[in-house]
Amino acid sequence: MKTVNKSFPSVDGKGIMMGRVAFTDDYALQNSLIVKILRSPHPYAKIKNIDASKALALAGVECVLTHKDFPRIPFTRAGQGYPEPSPHDKFILDEFVRYIGDEVAVVAATSNDICEEALSLIDVEYEVMDPVLNFEEAIDSSHILHPEPEIHEMFPIGFEPLRNIAASYHMHIGDVELSLKESDVVIQQSFYTQAQQHTALEPHTVNAQMDYQDRLVLYSSTQTPFHVRRILSQTLGIPLSKIRVIKPRVGGGFGGKQALHGEMFVSYITYKTKKPSKIVFTRKEVFESSYTRHPMRLDIKLGADKDGTLKAIDCYVLSDTGAYGEHALTVFMVAGSKVLPLYNKVDSVRFHGHVVYTNHTPAGAFRGYGAIQGNYALESAVDMLCRKLHMDPIEFRQKNMMKENETSPIFAIMGEGTEGTAMNMESCKLDYCVKRGKELINWDSIYPHKNVSREKIRSVGMAIAMQGSGIPYIDMGSAIIKLNDDGFYNLLIGATDIGQGSDTILAQIAAEELMTSLDKVIVYSSDTDLTPFDTGAYASSTTFISGNAVLKAAKKMKGLLIEEASKVLKCNVTETDFDGFTFKNTVNDEIINLRDLSNRLTYNEDQKQLVADSSYVGHKSPPPFMAGFIEILIDRETGEIEIENYVSVVDCGTPLNPKLAQGQVEGGIVQGLGMALYENVIISSKGKNITSDFLNYKVPTRMEIKKLVTEFAESYESSGPFGAKSVGEIGIDTPPAALANAIENALGVRMTELPMTPEKIIRALKAKEKRQ
Amino acid sequence: MKISLIINGQLRFVEVEPGEYLLDTLRKINILSVRRGCDNTSCGVCTVLIEGKPVPSCSYLSVRADGKSVTTVEGISDEAEKISAYFGDEGAEQCGFCNPSLALTVYALKKELIHPTDEQVDQYLVSNLCRCTGYISQKKAIKNYLGDQS
Ligand code: FES
Ligand code: FES
Repeated sequence: MKTVNKSFPSVDGKGIMMGRVAFTDDYALQNSLIVKILRSPHPYAKIKNIDASKALALAGVECVLTHKDFPRIPFTRAGQGYPEPSPHDKFILDEFVRYIGDEVAVVAATSNDICEEALSLIDVEYEVMDPVLNFEEAIDSSHILHPEPEIHEMFPIGFEPLRNIAASYHMHIGDVELSLKESDVVIQQSFYTQAQQHTALEPHTVNAQMDYQDRLVLYSSTQTPFHVRRILSQTLGIPLSKIRVIKPRVGGGFGGKQALHGEMFVSYITYKTKKPSKIVFTRKEVFESSYTRHPMRLDIKLGADKDGTLKAIDCYVLSDTGAYGEHALTVFMVAGSKVLPLYNKVDSVRFHGHVVYTNHTPAGAFRGYGAIQGNYALESAVDMLCRKLHMDPIEFRQKNMMKENETSPIFAIMGEGTEGTAMNMESCKLDYCVKRGKELINWDSIYPHKNVSREKIRSVGMAIAMQGSGIPYIDMGSAIIKLNDDGFYNLLIGATDIGQGSDTILAQIAAEELMTSLDKVIVYSSDTDLTPFDTGAYASSTTFISGNAVLKAAKKMKGLLIEEASKVLKCNVTETDFDGFTFKNTVNDEIINLRDLSNRLTYNEDQKQLVADSSYVGHKSPPPFMAGFIEILIDRETGEIEIENYVSVVDCGTPLNPKLAQGQVEGGIVQGLGMALYENVIISSKGKNITSDFLNYKVPTRMEIKKLVTEFAESYESSGPFGAKSVGEIGIDTPPAALANAIENALGVRMTELPMTPEKIIRALKAKEKRQ
Repeated sequence: MKISLIINGQLRFVEVEPGEYLLDTLRKINILSVRRGCDNTSCGVCTVLIEGKPVPSCSYLSVRADGKSVTTVEGISDEAEKISAYFGDEGAEQCGFCNPSLALTVYALKKELIHPTDEQVDQYLVSNLCRCTGYISQKKAIKNYLGDQS
């Protein structure tokens, strides 16, 4: 392989570092109206009256929008395939507000200052209602978040809004109760995971203008331009053909930009006033009013035989979706479907639970998508079980975990809100990952811990993980390849590069198949007018789904080229050789190079534009696997943790661009460490987010991250492009469990609640002392 | 009011409001490499060099910059290109939203500290957040750049 499995620098890195126009707000017209949102100060209230007359009288105010301006069409902002597995439970603006930060009214004005002033001049009369702020008390609470009759599910997802249930689910294989009863050793534990915020450094940003064909042109910092176009049309009644969504460079997404945030308002205002407009979320708005990760409580029971055979996994999950049910069911299901198959030899499994509404900032898609929560619970519980069994946790995993060519019945049962797809693990090097990681972290010389000084202890912990590669039979990617004169290509893709490097690796796939160099493939993503459909950057789908589409299109282009060349060389296609630059008639050795052929097709003879297109829908979702190992230094007096090293050994099939793949893993690891250690969206007892900036919501800085060691297992997934599987999400899954296991290995206390702050560690130690 | 700024070596007269921040002034005159990532001086994305020293332009009043030299990444493009090659080699470029300001800060660091330790480099760059890379690839790239330049 010449171009893939090679670490090319990303195609856009240099230009972006040099400060070129790249991101959404760089494309906003200077005369754009500024759009700002008046947000609810109450966690739950009915808007009795809005008086905007003073704001409207202010010079420079273009318009003030309230719920009366929008048709009452329930929809979901989730940005998923259609029909969505998320309930249609949101109105663009509503007479109810359901969390502090929810949208009350929208102002467009000629400047930021005028906007701010106008917001302060809007008089709103609220009827304040009792909120639901404890997700464990949401079900059947007398305070119902969504009594409105118009809302609905698109297909059965267990939607019971009058009970504050956004979705529910139940599956089982075998008889869990019986297996647990028959097990020699059983453990039972509840785990809590918190709300985490994506904090992509570029806030949610949208701008719009009408073009000279009187169409709405939107620049959006989105992961899903095609879903944005569809949802705008469905909710605003603008014909789809009148909307063009351009996704320029996106400054990080991590799932937070899968959904629509400011798009509706900016589109409506520009479409109505014909004036350009823009919105840039403040960081506070990103924290309070976009999305968080779904907080969960996971009640887990494991049963095993004395010899260390895992027999049963029982898991009940209660998930908090906040005010709206975006990604409610699917995130919850992934906590099971992309975690439980890791232990595929059990007699019985049960996975069930509810996703509930609360008056919190809505939860949505976030890298890991439920798997990190599920992984934390299961991989913590496995270590607890090993303790009880007096068994080495690595040995236990090696005995019970998924191996190559095996399967799990869960794949067929659990899909993306629907039934799943059966598949065999054609590539699964988990065995190697565990073995290699153990070496790299020096497990045998540290496990379970080493005393370093009177206070400090060094310890190790580990966890294994899996993810998916797109959603089978739902996600579609497509690609168009166009030949230019001078013999270079355009690759047009709907897949959305949000910083993960997909433009680069998709160009590498095309270059590899066309046997050309990377600079001969000019990649462009994504623009609903110019690039073919793609569901977008989510569910770890781009490498596998969009990558397969690119590969198919490149194959087709190669066929077209050979066909045209054989005409010139006057031979059969089977007699034409092509090495990427030169075509040869193998009968008489006559040659023509690609450059001459392309110029001839463009200007001289047999003129035509060569274009190849293709689409791809997955028939399975081959999981990447990994083993994560952490080495920590912990202070038993202060509970302070230093991360000494994090080792990741990953099976993502062929890493198409090893350095970029490593970047995906390490970025995920550090986000996972943030979640494990301190990232926490804290909501006060009054429902207010008190962590709405980087001073109060701590994300990892370069001071805390000292060493990451990342390696890839030799692996080849035959259904993936050049053997590749996904790698975008898997990195985030293991840190919480690995860290919790390392803490227990050091101090003998089990941390069952994230984040694992020094205070909680000290509290656990004190409780342990008391028990002794 | 009108102020004068020496932006990337070029004297420019710019009309600003009294309470206007340099970040907004720069974007207004189409210096778009300077971007906003937060509301309270806590992300580093808006960093510019004032008289050669890194400063968050989101909280620096434009009037305070009157008569001063302001450097953005457009003003050090040769150096930024060099730095980007080191980043490229390490796969340290992801979304890039943090990169122009990081390149500027690395450039200022190189001028200010001679043979800095890894710890000093991290300290100097600590306010430049990055949410994508996990930092290690950036650290390697920066170390290689500084090593080769000294
Ligand atoms: S914008 Fe974040 S520090 Fe200036
Ligand atoms: S590369 Fe995205 S924030 Fe640094």
